[in-house]
Amino acid sequence: MADKLMTINLKVWRQDGPDKPGRLAPYTVEGVNPHMSFLEMFDLLNERLILRGEEPIEFDSDCREGICGSCSMVINGIPHGPHRGTAVCQLHMRHYRDGDTLTVEPWRANAFPLIKDLVVDRGAFDRIIAAGGFVSVNTGSAPDANSLPVEKAASDAAFDFAACIGCGACVAACPNASASLFTGAKIAHLSLYPQGEPERRRRVIAMVNQMEAEGFGDCSNHGECEAVCPKQISISAIAIMRREYVKAVVASND
Amino acid sequence: MTSSTMNNSPRLDSKVPAGPLQQKWENYLNTAKLVNPNNKRKHTILVVGTGLAGASAAATLAELGYNVRSFCIQDSARRAHSIAAQGGINAAKNYPGDGDSVWRLFYDTIKGGDYRSREANVHRLAEISNNIIDQCVAQGVPFAREYGGLLSNRSFGGAQVSRTFYARGQTGQQLLLGAYQAMERMVGAGRVKQYDRREMLDLVVVDGRARGIIVRNLATGELERHVGDAVLLCTGGYGNVYYLSTNAKNSNVTAAWRCHKRGAFFANPCFTQIHPTCIPVSGDYQSKLTLMSESLRNDGRVWVPKTAGDRRSPEQIPEDERDYYLERKYPSFGNLVPRDVASRNAKEMADHGKGVGETGMAVYLDFAESINRLGEKVISERYGNLFEMYEKITGDNPYKVPMRIYPAVHYTMGGLWVDYELMSTVPGLFVLGEANFSDHGANRLGASALMQGLSDGYFVISHTLGNYIANTSLPKVDESNAAFADAENDSRERLATLLGIKGEKTPVHFHRELGKIMWDDVGMARNRDGLNHAISAIGSLREEFWNNLRVPGSNDTMNKNLEFAGRVADFMELGELMARDALEREESCGGHFREEYQTEDGEALRNDDEFTFVAAWEHTGRVGDEVKHREELVFENVKLTQRSYK
Repeated sequence: MADKLMTINLKVWRQDGPDKPGRLAPYTVEGVNPHMSFLEMFDLLNERLILRGEEPIEFDSDCREGICGSCSMVINGIPHGPHRGTAVCQLHMRHYRDGDTLTVEPWRANAFPLIKDLVVDRGAFDRIIAAGGFVSVNTGSAPDANSLPVEKAASDAAFDFAACIGCGACVAACPNASASLFTGAKIAHLSLYPQGEPERRRRVIAMVNQMEAEGFGDCSNHGECEAVCPKQISISAIAIMRREYVKAVVASND
Repeated sequence: MTSSTMNNSPRLDSKVPAGPLQQKWENYLNTAKLVNPNNKRKHTILVVGTGLAGASAAATLAELGYNVRSFCIQDSARRAHSIAAQGGINAAKNYPGDGDSVWRLFYDTIKGGDYRSREANVHRLAEISNNIIDQCVAQGVPFAREYGGLLSNRSFGGAQVSRTFYARGQTGQQLLLGAYQAMERMVGAGRVKQYDRREMLDLVVVDGRARGIIVRNLATGELERHVGDAVLLCTGGYGNVYYLSTNAKNSNVTAAWRCHKRGAFFANPCFTQIHPTCIPVSGDYQSKLTLMSESLRNDGRVWVPKTAGDRRSPEQIPEDERDYYLERKYPSFGNLVPRDVASRNAKEMADHGKGVGETGMAVYLDFAESINRLGEKVISERYGNLFEMYEKITGDNPYKVPMRIYPAVHYTMGGLWVDYELMSTVPGLFVLGEANFSDHGANRLGASALMQGLSDGYFVISHTLGNYIANTSLPKVDESNAAFADAENDSRERLATLLGIKGEKTPVHFHRELGKIMWDDVGMARNRDGLNHAISAIGSLREEFWNNLRVPGSNDTMNKNLEFAGRVADFMELGELMARDALEREESCGGHFREEYQTEDGEALRNDDEFTFVAAWEHTGRVGDEVKHREELVFENVKLTQRSYK
């Protein structure tokens, strides 16, 4: 391919461990092919660092096709970078220009403690799901799959919320580091689906309580979460969560 | 089959239950021993991996009362690579009323696997398929539905009925989240203890039984010992031995390979699946390949120019100068032939100079006709997210320009040998999902991997594990047992060795080199010379690896290059065994295509008289000295025929 190779200047957050000091370190990456993904540029840089006898930059990534939710970089202040509906692994260098300078930082939130460089611990999300993000149905006890028809529109709407990949960009983007979009998406998915109906009250109370216990902030409707969500999950999830929560609290006071 | 070739290894008792095929599983369930509900909590089960097989097994066993520990290499159980499965999951519900049945699903799967899988296992899978759909729907998995509110189905390769349930192009994600949520529910209940960012580095065998594992905490570098009454290995396939594949970056063979070295036989390692519809390789910086779901072949038409070397852009090539070669060669299945057939045909077109795109290593998958017939909206509803994914990667809009696709390594049918109870040759070590070899023979049909992972995890293991526990006396073992100390020391020394070489080349360099050898010589088409070349080339590469590797950093912190180095070392050993297995299987079957053995029109030519067996390799101390054992495959219910999709 005749595409011109680029030089990209990076400032990358380096931190040896949770209790160590961190800093932005400068790197110049030459020979960047515009068809590379953003993470492939990091692969290239890391290979060069190893050969120069320096420590490579640790970052999380796995599927590299935008579905596992592992990758987590804040590029010039925006989680997952500038493109809507795109995880950083799906971002390609053709969207940048030769000579650009990019600052790359980890997700920052008290509830996501840093492990090393760009890697953080998102275990809090698992604990929110463990508190109530499920339907209690033991294996083998299910009725025939077609015994309960579900309106297509409801099913499609539930799907839009179920598409969450649990990456945590919503938390990283929020000025309050709130996990409301993540938690709301699961609550919305399961309250729109009839199979989630029997536990809807317990679920929302347990999940919201856990979200608070993990140290995530409150939602004050900035809307940054929706803007950076790689699956473009609607902020209406948070409205559904609030409505469900109020209904559940009122019902439990009856 | 002549009696002289019947040569079943005494080490490989498949334990297939007696009785007619349709009643074997029921007979098994009726006679399997049960564990008293109050005793289950006294048994700790170690489940390694949290994909469909691992998460569903952990959830189910915990619901039954077992004490479960669950391990994954990702930072969360929800990220296991099952998440990336796109197209769907098969079941014999026959909701569309198009004539499907358990028998047909069984038959298609056996035939699709080119008659190299075990009849009883495949029939059980087909029987269980319907329970899986019920379970997942009850969990709130948002499968596609019709306007009447009932579930929708689509077609997949290798079948003439619509039996595939799907959730847009994210079926794996939705099924995995269902299983993950079921498991998290048990975490919340205190019955599953979850260990994230842990890599299994060894199996601990005490008195001949699997009793524990050694894992490395990937965040801190610490080695940990975990004791259990059984180990369930649910660690997926080994497609990344080719470096470039559709697998996630962290998918690897290390856990399975360590078990192999502790006595678990490795079965049919050469049976790998090259998926026909992936985004082609664009440059040498590439870190992985992206699949475009096979479901696209429902509405996309595969073609190349009729004339070799035609470099015109697709819209300039008139209809009568296009070769819709799958429709031409296989009129009954057309674009929906099984994966191995579609992949080989794409390679053949490229080999004849008819490939398209910059590299000539691609064919078109064209939606123009479907968009004209159904409208862009319908196509977008069916495949919208796949089209977007394609556009993000390539910069081309598939609504306007045909997709360019090419085969890529996707799935491995081979894996650790297991009997009907999913137990390996190490008692107490069970292997589930893609990590075992059992159900797909020499070629897996689309939408069958999700079915198998969930069948093993939700519906098979709970019974077979119970039977093992109830029949086995398991003396108390703790972490201070010498076998744990030995295994931990082995792991520690190995890590130190990798760090201590301090050579000139990175783990990724060796992985890429290995991948090239594997793709060229042990890829879509194989021959004797190429396979012999692969064995010697990998031998040299291993030699260089252990003398010239450079792993940065230390062992007492997060160090992804150290993790990768250990995985590459195991991939090299596995790669050599794959080449040997491919060399000794002197026939073509399914995804294993030996150029020396083909029909006149270039289709795979099996040799049933000599090769109707599972090759299960025993590690005997040194790579290259593995001993091959045979499990003869006996077909009592289906007749072996030359597979035809014409």
